[in-house]
Amino acid sequence: MITGQQQKMKESVIKTEKLTKRFGDFIAANELTFEVKAGEIFGFLGANGAGKTTAMRMLCGLSIPSSGKATVAGFDVFKQTDEIKKNIGYMSQKFSLYEDLTVAENIRFYAGIYGLTNKQIKEKSEELLVNLGLEQSAKKLVRELPLGWKQKLSFSVAIVHQPKIVFMDEPTSGVDPVTRRQFWDLIYAAADKGMTVFITTHYMDESEYCGRVSIMVDGLIKALDTPANLKKEFAANSMDDVFYSLAREAKRSADG
Amino acid sequence: MPAVSLNHLTKTYNKGAVAAVNDISFSVEKGELFGLIGPDGAGKTSIFRMLTTLLLPDSGSASVDGYDVVKDYKTIRGRVGYMPGKFSLYQDLTVEENLNFFATVFGTTIEENYDLIKDIYVQIEPFKSRRAGKLSGGMKQKLALSCALIHKPSVLFLDEPTTGVDSVSRKEFWEMLKRLRQQGITILVSTPYMDEAVLCDRIALLQSGKILSINTPEGIVNSYNGKLFAVKSGTMYRLLNDLRSYKNTLSCFTFGEYHHLSFKDENKNSEMELLKYLEEKGHKQVEIKPIVPTIEDCFIKIADNRN
Repeated sequence: MITGQQQKMKESVIKTEKLTKRFGDFIAANELTFEVKAGEIFGFLGANGAGKTTAMRMLCGLSIPSSGKATVAGFDVFKQTDEIKKNIGYMSQKFSLYEDLTVAENIRFYAGIYGLTNKQIKEKSEELLVNLGLEQSAKKLVRELPLGWKQKLSFSVAIVHQPKIVFMDEPTSGVDPVTRRQFWDLIYAAADKGMTVFITTHYMDESEYCGRVSIMVDGLIKALDTPANLKKEFAANSMDDVFYSLAREAKRSADG
Repeated sequence: MPAVSLNHLTKTYNKGAVAAVNDISFSVEKGELFGLIGPDGAGKTSIFRMLTTLLLPDSGSASVDGYDVVKDYKTIRGRVGYMPGKFSLYQDLTVEENLNFFATVFGTTIEENYDLIKDIYVQIEPFKSRRAGKLSGGMKQKLALSCALIHKPSVLFLDEPTTGVDSVSRKEFWEMLKRLRQQGITILVSTPYMDEAVLCDRIALLQSGKILSINTPEGIVNSYNGKLFAVKSGTMYRLLNDLRSYKNTLSCFTFGEYHHLSFKDENKNSEMELLKYLEEKGHKQVEIKPIVPTIEDCFIKIADNRN
């Protein structure tokens, strides 16, 4: 019997078929074929230079593929890049918050960019400030916030328009272990509400929090499965070992 | 005489408003591989910059090879190697030109100390006529290390050499450090990755300009108070929430495949009672087992006690 919840889980939010990007003779991303379902936390791993950033840029509508097919949130990565940008969230490791604006101004700015109405902006701002425990800091400049708060705020503005999917590129670099975990609490909670999370990280323990994980080596997806199955397949004790046994074969030397 | 010694070293920014390094004292013995472990903002870079004489302390003192970082700054500069966190070689010079430049500045030649860098340099030698700016991240890292070593420094300072580097390259880099240590070079290295801590002889855990703990990695793990348990079930996010709302939970954190949990009141029935609670909550495939804490567990616990 298929329940409503399971039906919903079956919807593909990302679907790619032989998605490829060439730069001259160099094949940065080579025939990537995979699907990501609604509400999934999908870990997108790979060594430096494996092609993760290139793949992510194509999925975000920032780079037109050389060949293959892909849809993101139901929109075509060749023709509907503007629609994609409106319907996804994106958070990079270099937080794109404005340091010279206050917390409240940053929220208002991003909410405005994503086309929320004034009424929605007001409601959303209040809700975010309460949820993040930043009510007292609403009028503080972002540059005065500790890194951990910037990170949480950055995630919150990236999903202020409630996209179906959020892309995150190494969002947890450099923060302390407690903050890193609090951040994952936010990710878990967002995914629990049905948002799809597509995330890259160099912390192998974090790949365990993902429903499924793909590992890219030299432009190819070399493995894709749940962390438990990957560990079984590679007879490894940890995801770190799985990653190591795949990525040490890499021929391409890296640029991060 | 220790290779490096810090004595109540303090550095503030913004006219004293931010204490980047707050009254820190420790020393590093000759030949030691010593790790400064902590997140951004812990004070790692400020410590490195004071020890390499690039920044003046507000108060306190420090010495490297017995030389004072303020008075004897010129002597220190000739004796230490420093690899900053940000790539700081000349982007428009080639690999070989960069290495030659640093050798010349320090009054030596590539040939004279080639043995020391050989293991590392052979990996980038095929690209020696390539401009440094055109190198990949991993190769830049190897070139920067070669340049920091070319004058055979007595103390090597490496500021976050592995940040943002994938785990395979990180492992290779630590292998290189182990080989360097065998040649008697004292190494101070900083990292935000707690799993690298176990590769050091001794470590200092840092947060917000303060030392939380300083010991061998085993010493830090052994000083963890109380027992720690790893818990797992079929639905990990729900499990996390259920564990956190359990009456006997002191703390609970995600830790890769498992959640790590400590009890408020721990006795021989604690595990059984928790299992019963989780089964009542409908969790399947529950696994609970006592574990040895990692450095990261220790960091979380000590940092939590401070706050």
